[in-house]
Amino acid sequence: MLSKLNVGESGILVALDLPESVQNHLMHMGFVPDARVTALRRAPAGDPTVYGVDGMEIALRHETAAGIRFREAEEQEEGRDEGSALIEAAS
Amino acid sequence: MSDCCAPPPFVPPPAPAQAGELRTVVLIGPPNSGKSTLFNRLTGLRQKVANFPGVTVEQRLGVMAGVGRDDLTLIDLPGIYSLDPFSEDARVSIDVLRGKMPGTPKPDAVLLVLDSLHLTRQLMLAAPVLAVGLPTLVLLNMSDLMEERHGHVDTLKLARELGTPVAQISAVNGTGLDAVPLFLNQHTTRQPAQPLTLPVLGNAFSAHTWAAQVSRHTGYRAPLSVEGTRKIDDVLLHRFWGPLLFLLVVVGVFEVVFSIGQPLSDGFGEILARIADLARPLLPTGWLQSLLLDGAWKGISSVLVFLPQILLLFLFIGILEDSGYLSRAALIADRVMRSIGLNGKAFIPLLSAYACAVPAIMATRTIENKRDRLATILVAPFMTCSARLPVYMLLIAAFIPNIAFLHGFLGLRTLVMLGLYLAGFLAAMATARLLKSSILKSSDAPFILELPQYRMPTLRSLALRLVDRARIFLHKAGTIILCVTLALWVLAHLPVIQAPSGAIRAPELAESLIGRLGHFIEPAIAPLGFNWKIGIGLLSSVLAREVMVSTMGTLYGADPGTQALSLQTALHHDMTLGGALALMIFFAFAMQCTSTMAVVRRETNSWKWPTVQFIYMLVLAWCAAFVVNHIAMAFGG
Repeated sequence: MLSKLNVGESGILVALDLPESVQNHLMHMGFVPDARVTALRRAPAGDPTVYGVDGMEIALRHETAAGIRFREAEEQEEGRDEGSALIEAAS
Repeated sequence: MSDCCAPPPFVPPPAPAQAGELRTVVLIGPPNSGKSTLFNRLTGLRQKVANFPGVTVEQRLGVMAGVGRDDLTLIDLPGIYSLDPFSEDARVSIDVLRGKMPGTPKPDAVLLVLDSLHLTRQLMLAAPVLAVGLPTLVLLNMSDLMEERHGHVDTLKLARELGTPVAQISAVNGTGLDAVPLFLNQHTTRQPAQPLTLPVLGNAFSAHTWAAQVSRHTGYRAPLSVEGTRKIDDVLLHRFWGPLLFLLVVVGVFEVVFSIGQPLSDGFGEILARIADLARPLLPTGWLQSLLLDGAWKGISSVLVFLPQILLLFLFIGILEDSGYLSRAALIADRVMRSIGLNGKAFIPLLSAYACAVPAIMATRTIENKRDRLATILVAPFMTCSARLPVYMLLIAAFIPNIAFLHGFLGLRTLVMLGLYLAGFLAAMATARLLKSSILKSSDAPFILELPQYRMPTLRSLALRLVDRARIFLHKAGTIILCVTLALWVLAHLPVIQAPSGAIRAPELAESLIGRLGHFIEPAIAPLGFNWKIGIGLLSSVLAREVMVSTMGTLYGADPGTQALSLQTALHHDMTLGGALALMIFFAFAMQCTSTMAVVRRETNSWKWPTVQFIYMLVLAWCAAFVVNHIAMAFGG
């Protein structure tokens, strides 16, 4: 679950287990399978968390992030811009 | 006020010489991609623009005079991510694009605006928009930043992939805009839908796969992500410094509005008074002089005086909106908003309600959950709008001593002002909590908020905001406030009394029509510490809050006993400190704005909610003022 990602860590998105309208909306914001998502920072109160995806910064609450599954990013993808990694992953 | 944000009336261009000609062009694109900035460029209009997603929440029409095409209508639309409406504002865009919006012309051509900095994601919208089948020009906006940060895209290849022309532009700088008239000249007639060979629609994942492929084929290189925004956020969203800076910004704004704004307003007031002195010998002595100078001018100038302070407030709001900080404030506030059953997204309309509740209520269209949206609409008028500022300023300057704390960094007057803003905010929060735990209960809506990159607010855009604001303020003074003051003056001088000698004179103020009306309602407000003159002020302020100040100016100007005194001194003679504090609290809570009621009616589609809201706020205001007045009396105030 994306909510388990610590700040500074990245993961590769696997699937979204969320209501369809929310899922669709998130996918249009870049949360698609194989996208690389980085937890960038938490809000001062500890929640929501800001995620970097596709070069954008998007804040999600814990319970929404908990509906997003990810796998660990592979080593060779480390240190790359989310956008370019995404393009390669998708193509 | 209705003119708080109303667009100038739109005059459609003359009908084309022959049927079937291109007439209506629509601007569409993802949120915060710069559509409204481009709209302003192409039409020469001044639609509000700022740096956060969801600035535009309804369609706006303009004539494309900016590129010499007076015969074409351009429609600006709220940003959308896809053609599946997720919120109310997105539904507007989709309906207009599909030609299903009553009262809005069906578009003949599309300008698809995409932020080239995030092209891959933004291209996801291209497939469904192109599938609509209208001639489309794709505009890759923010080419200036793209270049600066070494991004790259081959527009010719992209045009081939999409089967439609593509151009790079910078709406902010106005570069590359030639492509728009060029494209429109090529499509002088309405064309049949183009055959479309784009893949799979409807599925977000396949749309993304397609978009990623397209951007790869066109050699798209995403620009280097700027470290600037993240570095700024390291401070502004810091665990400890973030909220503290947020508070400092708020306190600082009011301190500046007082410490810099007050002398400016005082100086401006002197100029206005001098104008009256210069005009006095030019007018014949008698009722006309009295009507114009003691009635109209005194009333209007008592409100006009506050223009410098209101402009200062708007300058700060403009900086916050244009820089991109507003979304961060929403993020910081999410935790608090959650505790009352709303989410951080509702905080953005509430913050803009500090300027005016009317656009704020429109801005709630970005809130996806219907019940959350209604709750936000109902509490927005509690936020201290700029129309309350003249009333607070007048009463604070008259009744609160100027005591400085912290070596002059913070004044007692600023603290009282902050207290009033806080009172409004807390009332909004408590009411929202009440609504969300009773009649508007719903499961938590997901909070999905895009944080735009910080941008330096341009002097031009800030200056334009101030000019527009000043114009609105002056317009209001010249229309509604002028009418009210003239009506008041007349009512204060009727019925005329015929003396035994046959001469006609005006009645004593207390005996005039307005005096009798005031005395009639006095019992209802006496427990709050208000006399009948304040009562008249409260009645007239239902039209708009600032009218309170002009009414007091006119009434005291009409009374020979107080004519020579400044408005502040006159009030001081007429009111206790308790009454003044009670009056401020009354204004903090009461709904005195016909424009707000009208917009609530429109957005909720019934008179029920504005009525409930008006009564609730009035009762709350009366009770709070009663309590404040009696506490102050107990302390001997």
